Amino acid sequence: MKLVTAIIKPFKLDDVREALSEIGVQGVTVTEVKGFGRQKGHTELYRGAEYVVDFLPKVKVEVAIGDNLLDQVIESITKAANTGKIGDGKIFVTELAQAIRIRTGETGEEAV
Amino acid sequence: MESNLNHIFELQYALDTFYFLICGALVMWMAAGFAMLEAGLVRAKNTTEILTKNVALFAVACTMYLIVGYDIMYDGGIFLSGVTTVAEMDDAAIAGVIAASTEAGFGDMGEYSGASDFFFQVVFVATAMSIVSGAVAERMKLWAFLAFAIVMCGFIYPMQGSWTWNGDAVFGMYELSYSDYAGSGIVHMAGAAAALAGVLLLGARKGKYGAKGEIRAFPGANLPLATLGTFILWMGWFGFNGGSTLKLGGIGVANEVANVFLNTNAAAAGGLIAALIVARLMFGKADLTMALNGALAGLVAITAEPADPSPLLATIIGAIGGTLVVFSIVTMDKLRIDDPVGAISVHGVVGIWGIFAVLLSDADATFMGQLVGMLTIFIWVFVTSLIVWGILKAVMGIRVSEEDEYEGVDLSECGMEAYPEFVSGKQ
Repeated sequence: MKLVTAIIKPFKLDDVREALSEIGVQGVTVTEVKGFGRQKGHTELYRGAEYVVDFLPKVKVEVAIGDNLLDQVIESITKAANTGKIGDGKIFVTELAQAIRIRTGETGEEAV
Repeated sequence: MESNLNHIFELQYALDTFYFLICGALVMWMAAGFAMLEAGLVRAKNTTEILTKNVALFAVACTMYLIVGYDIMYDGGIFLSGVTTVAEMDDAAIAGVIAASTEAGFGDMGEYSGASDFFFQVVFVATAMSIVSGAVAERMKLWAFLAFAIVMCGFIYPMQGSWTWNGDAVFGMYELSYSDYAGSGIVHMAGAAAALAGVLLLGARKGKYGAKGEIRAFPGANLPLATLGTFILWMGWFGFNGGSTLKLGGIGVANEVANVFLNTNAAAAGGLIAALIVARLMFGKADLTMALNGALAGLVAITAEPADPSPLLATIIGAIGGTLVVFSIVTMDKLRIDDPVGAISVHGVVGIWGIFAVLLSDADATFMGQLVGMLTIFIWVFVTSLIVWGILKAVMGIRVSEEDEYEGVDLSECGMEAYPEFVSGKQ
């Protein structure tokens, strides 16, 4: 099993959610996060004075899936979240040691 | 027939008194406007304290003006001993008022209750003091500020008010020929002069200006509140300027009141539009806080002469105020005069513009008269304020500690946060 963690632009969340549903992903966890990448935040003006927004708002999408879905999930997210502009985000893939559905006690791929 | 006329004079007295009271209540509501504007433009960690300053300064202003301020300014007696009480307004006194009205006719200055005059005047003092609280926000000690309010409202403001609106000679030396309808100079610039003196002794908020000349922005915590505050001030200003006609009964004067309302509104609109456009051109985006300051600048600009200008001229006077205020706020930052809400620019710089804008429509006003009046008010308020702030700084200190400033004066001065469930980010 794999845990796919995607950091995306907030306005792309609906597109990503739809794309994941289409390929049969059963559930995702979404968190509002802030961070910076190569863009290093950006500057705004308030009453004529510049201020730096160090951390930009992003959305973190976490998907736990069976190994067979990994390529499709990566492709879907990449496609749906892409704008071609700086700040589109990243996808991280980690090994998932175990998953348990709390209600039934099912484990492994049955549970994701 | 004569008795009918007496009834009309009684009604005129009632109408003018009622008008004063309603306008005074509108101006009182401006205290709410200032409180919301300032609460919106400071950071969340300083909200409770700025609100405390605003409600407390209003109460201090009312009390000090009642004790001595009204006596200094208008000879109304210590503790208002000169104001006609309910018992004193007996049949003989009523007959006296009617006789005075008969002699003056409908065209002259109004006859109205002395208590209503005090009520209308007292809320102006609070307005002047409200201007100070915004400029020194986020780093001044609460009790030092209130100590200053006592002197400002009980002495500094009433003295210059006596030279201007009451026509007393300045320390018996010279008389002013200065025209200021509702107080662009007497109220607004005076408040800004006291604020400037305080800010100069207080210094900028920690981190506002960097060692290499950077100017950092501390965005306001709550722009809906700042916007609401501006609308409240805009509404209250109808009482501020409209009530300064001092009378409503009579066709001529009622028409004047209506024009004052019209021009006051037009100037605010002109100021807002100008500031919005200037900010967009200078900064690339529509800066709401500048637009709000622009509306207030328009109001301050028209306050010295809201009756005589044509509606178009009033709009232009307001628009120039709104333009000035944006440049002034940027300039103040370059001079490292840290004014979180822009009070010195809105009320001081634009107040001076308002004083001279009188010359555009009032043929009786002279440049020298306005200049001497402006300088007299400014120098008096600025110098006395500087002395009082200086004494307070030496005796009790006027600035909170660096750590308290970082944690927010809500906790260090008031022991409570405005938004206890949300506050987490400290700037």
